[in-house]
Amino acid sequence: MTKIDAKIPEGNLAEKWTKYRSSVPLVNPANKRNLEVVVVGSGLAGASAAASLAELGYKVKVFCFQDSPRRAHSIAAQGGINAAKNYQNDGDSTYRLFYDTIKGGDYRAREANVHRLAEVSGNIIDQCVAQGVPFAREYGGLLSNRSFGGTQVQRTFYAAGQTGQQLLLGAYSGLQRQVGMGTVEMYTRHEMLDVVIIDGKARGIIARDLVTGKLERHFGHAVLLCTGGYGNVFYLSTNAMGSNVTAAWKAHKKGAFFANPCYTQIHPTCIPVSGDHQSKLTLMSESLRNDGRIWVPKKQNDPRKANDIPEDERDYYLERRYPAFGNLVPRDIASRAAKERCDAGYGVGTSKMAVYLDYAAAIVRYGKAEANKRNIHNPSDEEINVMGKEVVAEKYGNLFDMYKQITGEDPYEVPMRIYPAVHYTMGGLWVDYNLMTTVPGLYALGEANFSDHGANRLGASALMQGLADGYFVIPYTIGNYLASEIRTPAISTDSEAFVAAEKAVSDQLNQLMNIKGSKPVDYFHKKLGKIMWDKCGMARNEAGLKEAIQEIQALRKEFWQDVRIPGELDNLNPELEKAARVADFLELGELMCKDALNRNESCGGHFREEFQTEEGEALRDDENYAYVAAWEFKGESEFELHKEELKYENIKIAQRSYK
Amino acid sequence: MEGNLNLTLKIWRQKNANEAGKFETYQVSGISEDMSFLEMIDVLNNRLIEEGDDPVAFDHDCREGICGMCSMYINGSPHGPNKGVTTCQLHMRSFSNGETITIEPWRAGAFPVIKDLVVNRSSFDRIIAAGGFVSVNTGNAQDANNIPIPKEDADEAFAAAACIGCGACVAACKNASAMLFTSAKVSQLALLPQGQVERAKRAQAMVAQMDEEGFGACTNTGACEAECPKGISIENIARMNREYFSAVFAAK
Repeated sequence: MTKIDAKIPEGNLAEKWTKYRSSVPLVNPANKRNLEVVVVGSGLAGASAAASLAELGYKVKVFCFQDSPRRAHSIAAQGGINAAKNYQNDGDSTYRLFYDTIKGGDYRAREANVHRLAEVSGNIIDQCVAQGVPFAREYGGLLSNRSFGGTQVQRTFYAAGQTGQQLLLGAYSGLQRQVGMGTVEMYTRHEMLDVVIIDGKARGIIARDLVTGKLERHFGHAVLLCTGGYGNVFYLSTNAMGSNVTAAWKAHKKGAFFANPCYTQIHPTCIPVSGDHQSKLTLMSESLRNDGRIWVPKKQNDPRKANDIPEDERDYYLERRYPAFGNLVPRDIASRAAKERCDAGYGVGTSKMAVYLDYAAAIVRYGKAEANKRNIHNPSDEEINVMGKEVVAEKYGNLFDMYKQITGEDPYEVPMRIYPAVHYTMGGLWVDYNLMTTVPGLYALGEANFSDHGANRLGASALMQGLADGYFVIPYTIGNYLASEIRTPAISTDSEAFVAAEKAVSDQLNQLMNIKGSKPVDYFHKKLGKIMWDKCGMARNEAGLKEAIQEIQALRKEFWQDVRIPGELDNLNPELEKAARVADFLELGELMCKDALNRNESCGGHFREEFQTEEGEALRDDENYAYVAAWEFKGESEFELHKEELKYENIKIAQRSYK
Repeated sequence: MEGNLNLTLKIWRQKNANEAGKFETYQVSGISEDMSFLEMIDVLNNRLIEEGDDPVAFDHDCREGICGMCSMYINGSPHGPNKGVTTCQLHMRSFSNGETITIEPWRAGAFPVIKDLVVNRSSFDRIIAAGGFVSVNTGNAQDANNIPIPKEDADEAFAAAACIGCGACVAACKNASAMLFTSAKVSQLALLPQGQVERAKRAQAMVAQMDEEGFGACTNTGACEAECPKGISIENIARMNREYFSAVFAAK
């Protein structure tokens, strides 16, 4: 039944990538100059791919909707990037990073891709340091590491709480260098609104210049979608306001299969919602779980303030339930545990939908250590407190300041209130080992594809994957396709397929403008978000998902009858941009629910209430669901399921345990 | 109605780069002090849409103070009254009931207005493209720990690299100078061993591009440092001047 072939190279797992690189067809430098590549998105995956391909000699065009490629949402990643360097001598290795990632993904990721990711992880750190990325260092001048969830080694490299920013600015500097040399043409404030397919191959895109509103046609021998995830389908998420699924969804409607759309990562430590006005949620880095302790009162509906609740009346529920990993369990597990406590009536804060993340113990511990370092004997509690806060400020100062700014509370004095929020989407466009979608010549990199994180991504692995795809995978795998394209001359953008694609985009934009209904785009987006959060969020069940599908279909209908978009087509029009994105979210949401309904098991971020162990842990069904669900678009509300069977030849598949 | 702040907003409205702009006055009520400044503008915009008016265009994306896209000049200060905060992280508890708030775009010749509060900052990208990088192609790198860097140097480079490229420094400067922005990148790379090879060339190329874009000169008023949401130090400007002059004098 399956039309999909992952094209995994033959041979032993550890040798696949080396052999592939040595045998993949090459394109000679003279031919590279005639081959054009369109890159959509300028985050870690897009910027690194574009710079690397331009360095190789390809002609590259890059598109981003922001005013500068440096704004892409990779910039907001806080905690760090994993790499199997074993600098800490704590037993790390390529295999262990591979193993942790497969296990963390609840045995729903493809072995060959994940092993390749682990293999190139060290090269990423080397590359970034060479670019001048200022990672944190020890006094000896060497790189510092910290711990993240789901691992027992320290393999996370970081730059305070701004790792994503520093890595993106590194990739951006490489990109701008190519722009300066004229090998990359950069199109900012441009949004891709369709992919152009000629004779079954991706041959370019239709993009809208967001300032003039003009539609443009751009040819490419290949098209790379590096457009991030679709967490904003939930309206409230830690994604940037502009993050969207439109590029990926348009590709899906033109034939690219969409894989595992229901796998959503709900991050356990975010600042709770404060009211209906809320437009986005802010993450508090997972690195805070290195030192912070998570707790709720032992008593239900305890009205006391956090600092008035004595130690023996606090329930450190992660340490209690998961002694081996404690506060550093993977994200899906930490999130569900927080929801479980709040649903059972132990939540804190005015909404009672929050738990405490407490630094009091860490402040004392660091204060005592600092007193020793400074040779202060018998320090007073006050001295310990002051010194402890200084150490915490150096490690996490920017995060603490951000918390204070948003909530008006001082986390050095009272525990932070946190609650899970939508953060990342493991699902995305289905890709083979080459990162090519089911449309020849159309690739998906970074969060936009589905490939490496299974049903749950480990912390500090998104940055690793985005840069692995862009720096070290696509420069090789694209040759596999372009080697057979050297005889294809650039196709005129006046050709029939380009004209037709532009007309379809133009018609849809006109249709949106002409609805002239009564409600702003946000009204529909918020409603969609609520349906998704309530029925396809941290916990799902059959009845709820079926309701959600009906509700989304009805909401979609209402949107196309009653949305009101002010302004004009031929001018900067942020409401029109939002409307086009929400129109796609309204279709994607339905597919997410259908995928969640199809998967009669719980795994990673997908928790079906019907399928859980007696202790409330996710209960997988490996016999029937050890596959990637790749959906083919067949028409409105019609999707056909294709299965890519997952074979584990190098890992013993087991019930995941962090106890 | 979520809160009890009632405010008068005087907002710069400008249809596009070619037409003249002017201030319009709007009343908003029931604003919660937990709202961010941009969420308050969201409330206004959704009302304007429902009333059939054109909403206020403004740049924003991450809304967590790191992407550098938001850019409002609020009551005479870039990013508003609070220190170390971008507009998206400014919260309404910093304002009081009945207050009048004036909101303008960044004003600088090198940042032309696109619409309302949205300006074109692509000149910053061109300054980076002129030399704000280490010329290292993918795949050329040695092992990361082969380059030990004193922690103090790494920390100082990081402090300069924390610039978010928002342009508040330019908006704050009476000369619309981009010295703080440019010097932050020059400093980051001058402080690190990786940046040494191209050090002299970089300082000259970036300064030349900055001048070509039409940014003004620096007269050391310090407004840029005072208004920078990321606390980028004016010492970077002094360092860039040293870098530039030693490069020029050392040149043949």
